[in-house]
Amino acid sequence: MIAIASARRATTLQELLDGIRVSPAESLYYHFWADLLQARFEEREYNNDFASWVAHQLHEHRLAEQLAVIDPTAFPGLEGLRVVLVETIEAALEESERLAWLRSERPFDFVRSQIVIFDTGWRAGDPAELAELLPFLPVESIFYHFIDARRREPPGVDDFSHWLSDFGPALTPLVEELVGVDYYFGSLVELRRRLIEAFAHRLAAVSGP
Amino acid sequence: MTLLQQYAEVAGSDAVEHLRQLAGLLQGARVVHVNTTAWGGGVAEILTPLIPLSRELGLDASWEVFEGAADFFACTKLMHNAVQGMRVAPDERGLHVYEDYNARNAERLRSVLEDADFVFIHDPQPAALISHLPRRRGSWIWRCHIDASHPDPRVWRYLHEHVATYDASVFSLPTFVRPLPHPSYVIPPAIDPLSDKNRALADEEIRGVCSGMGLDPNRPLVVQISRFDRFKDPVGVIKAYRLAKGFVPGLQLVLAGGGAADDPEGAEVLHEVRGAAGDDPDIHVAELPPRDDVTVNALQRSADIVVQKSVREGFGLTVAEGLWKGRPVIGGDTGGIRLQLTNYHTGFLVNSPEGAALRIRYLMHNRDQRLEMGAKAREFTRRSFLLTRQLREYLTLMVALRSGAGERISLG
Repeated sequence: MIAIASARRATTLQELLDGIRVSPAESLYYHFWADLLQARFEEREYNNDFASWVAHQLHEHRLAEQLAVIDPTAFPGLEGLRVVLVETIEAALEESERLAWLRSERPFDFVRSQIVIFDTGWRAGDPAELAELLPFLPVESIFYHFIDARRREPPGVDDFSHWLSDFGPALTPLVEELVGVDYYFGSLVELRRRLIEAFAHRLAAVSGP
Repeated sequence: MTLLQQYAEVAGSDAVEHLRQLAGLLQGARVVHVNTTAWGGGVAEILTPLIPLSRELGLDASWEVFEGAADFFACTKLMHNAVQGMRVAPDERGLHVYEDYNARNAERLRSVLEDADFVFIHDPQPAALISHLPRRRGSWIWRCHIDASHPDPRVWRYLHEHVATYDASVFSLPTFVRPLPHPSYVIPPAIDPLSDKNRALADEEIRGVCSGMGLDPNRPLVVQISRFDRFKDPVGVIKAYRLAKGFVPGLQLVLAGGGAADDPEGAEVLHEVRGAAGDDPDIHVAELPPRDDVTVNALQRSADIVVQKSVREGFGLTVAEGLWKGRPVIGGDTGGIRLQLTNYHTGFLVNSPEGAALRIRYLMHNRDQRLEMGAKAREFTRRSFLLTRQLREYLTLMVALRSGAGERISLG
């Protein structure tokens, strides 16, 4: 993923709202997910850039919480996500006139993502081979196959679970465990570790003692 | 050992593997970088290793240096300051000089630039080359290394005419970007871990530099490396040192940098700094000659804490240099420094000499935390601010430009 700046900036909540209304869908995508691909140390306090800016620059923690809880994967497309963001901010502005007057010293810069997808040349023929490859997969691949995949067909499903479902019912527990992973928190390195553990644990159970 | 192997050793084999995969999509592509200096300054520093590394990855990369003289650089210095927000502008004669040099360099470089698949033009100085080469066949990218968010409107109007014709631009931070009719990519700069400024040094080399400067290796040391420029606030660093010294006995301070010899303002600031240092034997003010990179490296490695207390900053790569040496950095809360420092993890962001003094005291009295932060700082820099990451993003940009402007570009 590479970032493209729009030169659009917001210093007030109204400007943020206007930006969310008119920015391309991939801008929403960037502000929800790109942070995961950056090196960082702390748990994200707020899970998207909009919530984080409202909290840290406007100091409006109630609205920040309302924005942070929005789950981007709950919508089939990014337009649905845009509607909820707009509605949430509009409601806050209607509720409190004060919010319209807040101005941040540091602007919110609207950025969009461009994603280049290419074949790494790495192949797994069966679940055991995938388990062997997992520790070496770059975090970008983990993001693409486990998170970004949910935007593609079949919607809402990660590539690993989708692929494993072809290997019969013995792997259903592994698929279920993968489906249960909450990838919205923590880092991609941590997510990769959880996937490695799930594969190791469930494949060992399938192959027996 | 090949260059790629050397980079794999310091940046990680995963980073190099990623480069190989992306470069596989650009084999044989002719890539030309153009800037105005062969050495000195951040652009030349990064192009020096970028070109051989790109070539080893299978790209036909080259670097052309724009030929200018004093009258040209006088004009572009004004432009540079104007793009960064000063209300100055070259006069008509200056613009004529600017255009004339661009026309002459375009003629000199015509064949190499017209035939290139990708041309990276660094900063405003050579930006007008594009207007003299209508038969160019490749993609042209304007790489702006400075903060263009609030330029002088007259200068920007003029530059915009040239820059708008590029296929893409690259800025270091989203906040530096101006509206342009093409994609403005955001690619932060990076440091070269194998350069003299950043490579591992033998203990004797470090000791030699320290003893040459009269530093006591057994006493605590704070170092700021930067040009003698008011925006770097060297006098503020001295104030912070004085405030901290009462709590950190034996504290030593080094303020070292180049650029004062050929910069009237630099000489003036150096004079002010020497005045502020007075006769304190523990404040070492050093004007370094150009290319004295090993000294910079050794000083950063000898430091317990690196400081970059800028009050205004473009990106502030001296922060990444300090972090790469495993030192926590105390930096001004401005520009790209914000991207590099996370409080209590890689260092501290400060807004005043008092803030810097407080953090110096904190880090000097918490040795374990200082060492832990230093280790995190190095790992963070490995992932985020090494040349390999920057090249990866340049390669991604080239692949994207070659493949269309879609949100998603699927290859292979």
